Amino acid sequence: MRNDDPNPKDSKDQPDSSGVSRRDFLKISGISVAVPLVASPRMVMAAGEEVPVHGPGKVPMGFTINGKNYKASLEPRVTLLDALRDQFELTGAKRVCDRAECGACTVLMDDKPVYACSALAIEAQHKAITTVEALTQDGKLHPVQQSFVEDDASQCGFCTPGFVVACKAFLDKHPRPSAEDVRRGLSGNLCRCGTYHGIQRVIAQMAEKGA
Amino acid sequence: MRAFEYVSPNSRAQAVSLLGAAWGNTEILAGGTDLLALMKDDVITPKRLVNIKEIKDLHGVSSSAQGLRIGALTTLGDLADYADVRAHYPALAEAVMEVASPQIRNMATIGGNLCQRPRCWYFRNGLGLLPKDESGKELVADGENRYHAILGNEGPAKFVSPSTIVPILIAYGSKIRLEGPRGKRELPLEKFFVIPKTESDREHDLRPNEIVTEVVIPPVPDVKAAHYEIRQKEAFDWPLAVAAVALKMNGSNARSARVVMGYVAPVPWASAEAEQALTGQPVNEATGQRAAEAALKNAKPLNHNAYKVQLARVAVKRAILRAASGGAA
Ligand SMILES: Cc1cc2nc3c(=O)[nH]c(=O)nc-3n(C[C@H](O)[C@H](O)[C@H](O)COP(=O)(O)OP(=O)(O)OC[C@H]3O[C@@H](n4cnc5c(N)ncnc54)[C@H](O)[C@@H]3O)c2cc1C
Ligand code: FES
Ligand code: FES
Repeated sequence: MRNDDPNPKDSKDQPDSSGVSRRDFLKISGISVAVPLVASPRMVMAAGEEVPVHGPGKVPMGFTINGKNYKASLEPRVTLLDALRDQFELTGAKRVCDRAECGACTVLMDDKPVYACSALAIEAQHKAITTVEALTQDGKLHPVQQSFVEDDASQCGFCTPGFVVACKAFLDKHPRPSAEDVRRGLSGNLCRCGTYHGIQRVIAQMAEKGA
Repeated sequence: MRAFEYVSPNSRAQAVSLLGAAWGNTEILAGGTDLLALMKDDVITPKRLVNIKEIKDLHGVSSSAQGLRIGALTTLGDLADYADVRAHYPALAEAVMEVASPQIRNMATIGGNLCQRPRCWYFRNGLGLLPKDESGKELVADGENRYHAILGNEGPAKFVSPSTIVPILIAYGSKIRLEGPRGKRELPLEKFFVIPKTESDREHDLRPNEIVTEVVIPPVPDVKAAHYEIRQKEAFDWPLAVAAVALKMNGSNARSARVVMGYVAPVPWASAEAEQALTGQPVNEATGQRAAEAALKNAKPLNHNAYKVQLARVAVKRAILRAASGGAA
């Protein structure tokens, strides 16, 4: 769906002279359509100014992900995680708890690690989003990823992309962490397979290298 | 999650007028770490979300002679990093760093932390704040209540107040500021938390179309404060008991004391009994123990949470001794 035109001002959705829009007509006559209907925002008056109200239907949105521009028409209820995975085929961030409780969906938003399952796509529009996909450059693993391989820090691998992103962000902020820093700073990611010792080795190795 | 409409006002006045005058149809979206989970589980089903993050003057922290003003949208991560917070309110910085995980602290705001809804599993399963079965029988008293209240639980509210930052903010004497259709108001932070008596009440003194705009902590040059939490897991979980203590000393004696517990009652629980037990006394192991006993004297545990009484006592005593020995950090 990258760079497609969401066609926000769909002329078919404007009221005709009878005052009944095509959409109202479809609702009235009970016909359902497969094409997504994208409405322009409804303007409401708030404290003397016009404010756009988006949705509940699809809204044209634009994103900056891994330095590239993406566009899609999404409902306001779509989370950033679901937009990444289902619209842009960036499936590195995983959906596990979907409740801010496991870390598998960790991405960077303006360089800070956050849970993509707990942010709405619509509010992520003007942020720089970085996913695990951006860490591998020209087929070469990021040093943190390489270290996950060498230090046996992955078993089933489901928590790994989130952990890799969290480790990278942690090391950027704490290049020489204490053991306590590591335990606190990486507490937002859970691993069902118990690879925590391997991940501690990753951090130790990276800190030694001064990465 | 059910469909909703979304609006991002850029001023407080706009936000207030976009919110409904009754609970149910509209909700404020700040960091979303609590709100979205409640919506995914159908605990709340708003028709409109009002995202307040575009309102510039709700962001940021500033210091003045009146103390520290923390804008409602300050994230917990930024708050713990402010030099003024670390230097003058170290017990607050420590409490903030204990919250959840780095990812949550990067998203969660202080306003959202004060307004987050209880973690009571009956509430989170859609059974309401004061859960009852069809016959009107209260569910918590005879149910799964091991994490529920041990104080202030005489009425139908048995959940515990969920913020672990609020007790130390109250101990420091903080105020909360709100803005709504009838203008601005300010109240002592402890007055913001209320025990609901009916299902239509909320646990906050917050009107549906009011927003929390800031928290103000007074200067505390002569205060020794500390925060102590007891958790089953060290991080990324909610605690079992929290205590926050602020002492004003006269030599080695306490001139005055504030003792506030969290996770023990439906509201943050300031203990006048513990404060009395310390006032005018030297602060040591024996008086700390006596104050802790006093703090829990009126506890009435439910059938599965008597263990929390001892945990809360230990938290209070350790917070007192930590405060006396120089405070947190
Ligand atoms: C795994 C996990 C562990 C956690 N552990 C802890 C912990 O140890 N200690 C702790 O204190 N918290 C803990 N939390 C809770 C977390 O701190 C809160 O979810 C967070 O602070 C809420 O802030 P937010 O900005 O994301 O609020 P949102 O989710 O956006 O909003 C929460 C509620 O507050 C309302 N609201 C938000 N801002 C305002 C405002 N300015 N005015 C009026 N109403 C407003 C919203 O409408 C909503 O009802 C934990 C959460 C998770 C998921
Ligand atoms: S899927 Fe987002 S934290 Fe678990
Ligand atoms: S490797 Fe399996 S969950 Fe972490």
